Amino acid sequence: MIRRGAFLAGAAAVLSGCNRYQTSLGGEAAESANFLRLFWTFMAVCTLMYVLLVGGMLIALWRSRKAREALVVENGRHHASAPILRPLLIGWAALILVGLSALAIASFVTDRSNAANASHPKLVVTVTANQWWWDVQYSLQGTTTALRTANELHLPVGVPAEVILESNDVIHSLWIPNLAGKQDLIPGRVNDLQLWPKKTGLYRGQCAEFCGLQHAHMALDVTVESKTDFARWLTAQKRPAFAPQGPVETAGYRYVTSRACASCHTVSGTQAGGTVGPDLTHFASRRSIAAGTRPMDRGNLTAWVADPQGLKPGTNMPKIPMRRDEVRAVVAYLERLK
Amino acid sequence: MSSRFRNSFAACAMLALLCSCGRERRQESGKTDVPPIVKSASPDTVFLGSSPPPVDRRAAAFEGNADAIAKGQQLFLWMNCVGCHGRGGGGMGPALMDDQWRYGGRIDQIASTIAEGRPNGMPSWRAKLTDEQIWQLAAYVRTLSGQVRKDAVGARTDTMSNTPPQTQIPPEPVKPADSARQ
Repeated sequence: MIRRGAFLAGAAAVLSGCNRYQTSLGGEAAESANFLRLFWTFMAVCTLMYVLLVGGMLIALWRSRKAREALVVENGRHHASAPILRPLLIGWAALILVGLSALAIASFVTDRSNAANASHPKLVVTVTANQWWWDVQYSLQGTTTALRTANELHLPVGVPAEVILESNDVIHSLWIPNLAGKQDLIPGRVNDLQLWPKKTGLYRGQCAEFCGLQHAHMALDVTVESKTDFARWLTAQKRPAFAPQGPVETAGYRYVTSRACASCHTVSGTQAGGTVGPDLTHFASRRSIAAGTRPMDRGNLTAWVADPQGLKPGTNMPKIPMRRDEVRAVVAYLERLK
Repeated sequence: MSSRFRNSFAACAMLALLCSCGRERRQESGKTDVPPIVKSASPDTVFLGSSPPPVDRRAAAFEGNADAIAKGQQLFLWMNCVGCHGRGGGGMGPALMDDQWRYGGRIDQIASTIAEGRPNGMPSWRAKLTDEQIWQLAAYVRTLSGQVRKDAVGARTDTMSNTPPQTQIPPEPVKPADSARQ
């Protein structure tokens, strides 16, 4: 029983590494590809040294009895060592020196390469971490206003991007393993992270610094897409929110723009202009709700609107006492916000 | 160590642990016992000639709770109370750290003021915030003049501050605003 449980747990742990959605062995951006190369270099050098070391120890064990019998101490010096040992030890020391130097040089080259990639960003995105969601703002050329979205990051493939990292409350860390290493978001400081995605795909970013109760439910949906798809997405995001259609959606629109929702959330083109919570202008076009807590669908959305604390206990979105028809209307309106 | 001594020691330790629970208890929205915000609980003049009714036990729980006060502090910033009241020192709106209370300085009176709004600029927050959030805000406002027990307030504010830490503010006496003139 225990053995089977252990086997299942082990299998689960191993298999969970198989998805391509969130893995540091993907190398889908220039940065992560560099790191991946560095990782395999380290792996090769360290494996070689480990094999040599264990091999040497095994030989030493095998020889030990014979060696001990032959050991003669004269004037406090060991004279009985085999003549081959001396050059072997010198060679070993040289090998360590060469190996460590190789690793140091490889690290240096990786660092320089990443720094060189960073010198010409073509796209600037500001990601601000909050407990427990990501505020994402695109600086658009020719305008002073930034395009604001939340919990999703769209990047065009092959375009070097600079992600500026800030935090509104505690220390967070942005980790999109497929694209790059981690970088902390620290309140009162501005950090940055370079991303140069090389392959299109859907990836998952995750907060990698414990930031409170819902740290685990603080994910970022990353989409790397072709330049035309990205341009299309950007154009769609620039539009104000869609108007409600029909009486139910209109009731939802009235609730969202006149009640507690509007104190924290923005729906551009309406009265709702709060900046405390995620921007909802194109909410329904995202892949998930509540920072990757649940996939976007009507059931999850209803559960979330009716009782956010049930889905994500401790979140700053309060449970608002609503009638059943009000919940339905708000959900209908939110689904309109493509 | 005798077993009786050990048992009583364990009981005392248990008691000490349980005593501290209320102060630290996390308030999950919608799972806390929230008293209604009474409309007429506001000005002290309502109680002229008779003593005011005691503060609701559930309302008092808000001002003794570290989590409620911390959330109130967050809301104070988020809802831009700072815009008029400064960081308690006042500005366009009245100061919240002194001993003058135009509409009463008890937590239920403050909650009522936030919920209903007051003349000369204080907007009504009843539909804009949940009752629970209004109680949290009121609990935080009470800390600005040192009314709240010191083991529930934060020693540091979330932002830069030119006032002493809330743990070191002596409680101001609660007086109605026109008391100086009387």
